[in-house]
Amino acid sequence: MSEVVSAEIQTTHIIDLARAGRRLDGRGIDDWRPVTVEPGYVKSADGSALVHVGDTAVLCGVKLEIGKPFPDTPNAGVLTTNAELIALSSPTFEPGPPQPEAIELSRVVDRSIRAAETIDLTKLCVTPSEKCWTCYVDIHCLDHTGNLIDAAQLAALGALTHATVPAKRFGVGEHDYPLDVSHFPVECTFVRLGDRIVADPTFEEETAGQGRLTVATDEQGNVVAMQKGKIGAFSPEEVVETVERAFRHGDRLRNVVRGT
Amino acid sequence: MGNVGAKEIPELLNAEGRRIDGRKLDELRSITMKVGPLTRADGSAFVEWGENKVMAAVYGPREVHPRHLMQTSKAIIQCRYNMAAFSVDERKRPGQDRRSQEISKVITEAFESVVFTEEFPKTSIDIYIEVLQANAGTRCAGLVAASLALADAGIPMADLVSAVAVGKVAGRIALDLKKEEDNFGEADLPMALVPQSGRLVLIQMEGHLNRDELRQALDLGTKGCREIYDRMREALRAKYDTPTSAVSAGVPA
Repeated sequence: MSEVVSAEIQTTHIIDLARAGRRLDGRGIDDWRPVTVEPGYVKSADGSALVHVGDTAVLCGVKLEIGKPFPDTPNAGVLTTNAELIALSSPTFEPGPPQPEAIELSRVVDRSIRAAETIDLTKLCVTPSEKCWTCYVDIHCLDHTGNLIDAAQLAALGALTHATVPAKRFGVGEHDYPLDVSHFPVECTFVRLGDRIVADPTFEEETAGQGRLTVATDEQGNVVAMQKGKIGAFSPEEVVETVERAFRHGDRLRNVVRGT
Repeated sequence: MGNVGAKEIPELLNAEGRRIDGRKLDELRSITMKVGPLTRADGSAFVEWGENKVMAAVYGPREVHPRHLMQTSKAIIQCRYNMAAFSVDERKRPGQDRRSQEISKVITEAFESVVFTEEFPKTSIDIYIEVLQANAGTRCAGLVAASLALADAGIPMADLVSAVAVGKVAGRIALDLKKEEDNFGEADLPMALVPQSGRLVLIQMEGHLNRDELRQALDLGTKGCREIYDRMREALRAKYDTPTSAVSAGVPA
């Protein structure tokens, strides 16, 4: 599943286009496909969001349950992120245990949410060492036309932003209340095509790409997570330039998620 | 980072600007590298880096297992990064957890960026990295060991890949974090450099760095990688300066 056969001629064409500052779908080097975030898409979840980045569709559902804190963090709740590259979303995905691609996806999304301290986990503690909220962030990829990482991360952030803590249902409070979200990290992914680095790659561009770089920024001007993937390399100067672009797109996408 | 609910945070930087183990901010831990310690592997290397002990072996190019992974136009690289159950304070359950699988993936991709895989179509180059003792920076130590093992196996590649982690400790950018600094520091950025091209083939990061700190971290990391690169070349040269009998004596001292 990791290997997708792509015609050499298409790869060459994509790279030639990029050199001229153009792309197959008519976008410029730094243009994103349209992004929509639909919060509350799944009523059975405590928080959810359906995100479209162009035709790429990712659904994230958040469920909160009462659990036990980890022994080494007795005063904190638990956050777990899991991403499923379900077989309906691409001909190259197969049912079965998660492949490295899915593991990387969940870990990269998890890293941005965790490192940015999106959720103050100490607020999810009910009784130290005994009772806490466990927050499950489950990501389902529905349609894979490229840039799953960013779509999944936006879906996770969207679902958390609009989530409710079901305190009443679990008998630990009189009323349900909104989950407290302290920070808004947004991940932006780029791929190298020849000597250009394009934003929000399509599936074809990812296949043709010579290195992928994901940068997560927060609303306070921090880089909170990065991940380089695929075969290829970036110079430190290119990393710095890409980070600048990630800040710019991140600020815009944060507003899309927060609905402002 | 991972310090939610942790009890006490040690003093990571003293008034003289020295770190918990007395190092300066831009100083590496002590490193020793040995090329070719294993008898059966096509190439191998052992790296002791601070309190990390990491062994790497390379087999191949050889037949691809499982067969369906075979590519007709090039060799595939299969890297398995693994931590021994006894390598960390609390016993780690044996086997590939999600962290190990992610690290294996990014290390594989780092090497696929430099190895001339098209010279060996329909084969597999298998890299095994075993962390025997861990004290932060194991993926970088593993990458350095694997790089030496690939060279030892005679696998053609554009350059040796060098690696180091940079981080933020008590508000300052520091080179080559050890465990306490990694646990209680504010950021961690492991990177791998192809020294001759000056490009990075592995970049990961977690924590908080502003624009200036990120730039500093990349500069410091690049410098650190170049220092390690010199040591790697020395280690490779040392193998061929040693009589064969001493090299094949096996397991490291």
